[in-house]
Amino acid sequence: MITRRELLGTSLAAAAAPVTAAQATAGDALSTTRILPPGVSSAAFDTALHEFEAAIGPDWVLSSEEDIHPYRDHFSMLKDQPDELRPSAAVCPATVEQVQAVVRIANRHRIPLYAISTGKNFAYGGPAPNLRGSVVVDLKRMNRILEVDEKRHTALVEPGVSYMDFYRHLQEHDLKVWVDTADVGWGGLMGNALERGCGYTMGPYRDHFSAHCGMEIVLPNGELMRTGMGALPGSRAWQDYKHGFGPDPSGLFAQGNFGIVVKMGFRLMPRPEHWRTGLITVPRRRDFIALVDTVNYLTDLFVIGEPLYSSPLTQLLGDGTFRKAAVDFDEATMDRIAAERKIHSWQVELQFYGSERTTLANWEWAQELIRRAVPDANCFDGESLKVPVTQAQIEENTRPYPAPYVSVMRRNVMHGVPKLYMWRSPGRTENDPDTWNETHIGLFSVIGRSAEAVFQAQKDFADVARKARAGTEYVSSLLAPLNWHQSCFLIGNSFFGTTTRNDNSPQGKIRQLKELQGILKLNAQAGYGDYRAPPILQDDVADQYSFNNHILRRFNETLKDAVDPNGILSPGRGGVWPKAHRKMRGRIRR
Amino acid sequence: MSRAALWMGTLSALVAGTALAQSLPSTGRGHVLFQQKCQPCHGTERSDQGHAMLPGTDALRLKYRGSLPAALEQRKDLTPVALWTFVRRGVGSMPPFRKSELSDADIADIAAWIAAASGNR
Repeated sequence: MITRRELLGTSLAAAAAPVTAAQATAGDALSTTRILPPGVSSAAFDTALHEFEAAIGPDWVLSSEEDIHPYRDHFSMLKDQPDELRPSAAVCPATVEQVQAVVRIANRHRIPLYAISTGKNFAYGGPAPNLRGSVVVDLKRMNRILEVDEKRHTALVEPGVSYMDFYRHLQEHDLKVWVDTADVGWGGLMGNALERGCGYTMGPYRDHFSAHCGMEIVLPNGELMRTGMGALPGSRAWQDYKHGFGPDPSGLFAQGNFGIVVKMGFRLMPRPEHWRTGLITVPRRRDFIALVDTVNYLTDLFVIGEPLYSSPLTQLLGDGTFRKAAVDFDEATMDRIAAERKIHSWQVELQFYGSERTTLANWEWAQELIRRAVPDANCFDGESLKVPVTQAQIEENTRPYPAPYVSVMRRNVMHGVPKLYMWRSPGRTENDPDTWNETHIGLFSVIGRSAEAVFQAQKDFADVARKARAGTEYVSSLLAPLNWHQSCFLIGNSFFGTTTRNDNSPQGKIRQLKELQGILKLNAQAGYGDYRAPPILQDDVADQYSFNNHILRRFNETLKDAVDPNGILSPGRGGVWPKAHRKMRGRIRR
Repeated sequence: MSRAALWMGTLSALVAGTALAQSLPSTGRGHVLFQQKCQPCHGTERSDQGHAMLPGTDALRLKYRGSLPAALEQRKDLTPVALWTFVRRGVGSMPPFRKSELSDADIADIAAWIAAASGNR
């Protein structure tokens, strides 16, 4: 029998090898119990697997524990629990025809499927399904970049194309277009857009679903459909006009389960000649109103890319008097201390794309606008770089602004350069080198795009935190909004889990889940809804959108039952459950 | 049989029947795959915002604290099976990678390139 040492190889460092192997396998105990789709017998499942093998080849039907382990949610709060959302198998078709065959087989055997593209959506669930026992349809092998047009600024891609793949293609062919990339570049254009992901450049591009133009979809009955001008045989404008004629169902496929998208078109941002940044600060808390109004004006005239708001006053939270004022929303005291310390209350970093002269003119105009509204605002020149920037410029750490103001702008995403820099966030840290973040923590509520709405949300979230018994003092008066989507603000709301955040025991993870479920409910009572969620929380978020006795969900499920009568496509995704599995709604750890 | 023994037994059976054991790895192909799939997190270049290391390299620096190199391409101990284990099972904040992303042959090629790059031919 092979020994463990032999298996790992004699060259492994004697001390390190057992440690690394143990760590690699810790926490993901091998399951010897076969997971089956709900309501499907072992024999029927075997028959379906054989049919899948005949359709796409035996190498690409994966059902052993080793092969399907990577389809588990690495960051699940139910990891290794009996109700972890684990798949029963995975199939990896390479063509549209194979996807159609998989769907038809699944219909015959009532096998629930769960489609993924690159499967790297780790902030929101990774490759694991909403319904335990589903068969994952892994589209990563469909990874062709079918077209990039640098004159019309369009692209057509298959599901498995990652941002990194696409960027490499642009570089290799010297194509003068950008794709607005997600933070973590191993994700894919299609999957991120269908999750309504967002980015950092100009507004029309950083809302990734809105930047799509035309889809090809395998419907639940196996038929192939195209949206927009793709519905017109012979059209040469598929990626130019997304609406086509008549009702456009495109939106059903974002965070939805009405078909498997197998091609998707995108509008791309033309590569500008120049990139310029600048920082505006305003002294008083209430000056945020004029600041947001000014930035909204520039945003909606398409003068600036994503603006980055923050409060320099976070530097004062170590001051007990200031901290108490911030907790109590005592604006007069906050303003007095800020003035004494000569620190402005709010800042926004602006970025301008264009030529050297137009970016300068627009930056000067932005300064003029804010000084009309807030005469004692400060404006600081930032970077002024010819595009494309170099790798060294992307890594550059020079802070262009005088203390106490700092830049929080990450240059790679501002230039459409996909990287994995942000993967630092779940990892080990200097202060805590032996642990890492093992669970999903990213939840963001949609906020109206005004300072008044932000001020209200800050107070509402403080109330939510108190009700949720966060256990530690919660300072929300300095929370700054994110303007990832051009038309709205987002504010993160999963930080309430301060009491359980660092407890990665199985019980601690379940407490995190329950705490987040409670927060989502309280947020909804205060009028806030989230824009994304991992499968484990999608029913909770869908519950927030309950106007008129959940008419939106009832409407979607009426459509779902009509187009997917066997309920085989991604049951539960987006909170939409088909009749066949509707009893599973809300069954996750209530 | 313990869980670890069961898992290792399964792994050895798997390795015996795969490209890890059956074909000669290609260091050239492994280098290209390393650049595309591993280097963005585990390379030796700088990160942004003042971080001297990329996230994966920095994580291994913190994990090993000098007992092993932080950069994968300097590691002499990453046998194909050890690398397969980390890639397929995931470790720490690194999620597992699927066959559709990296085949067993891909992993063997990457391991061959790392061995060559680190001088552990």
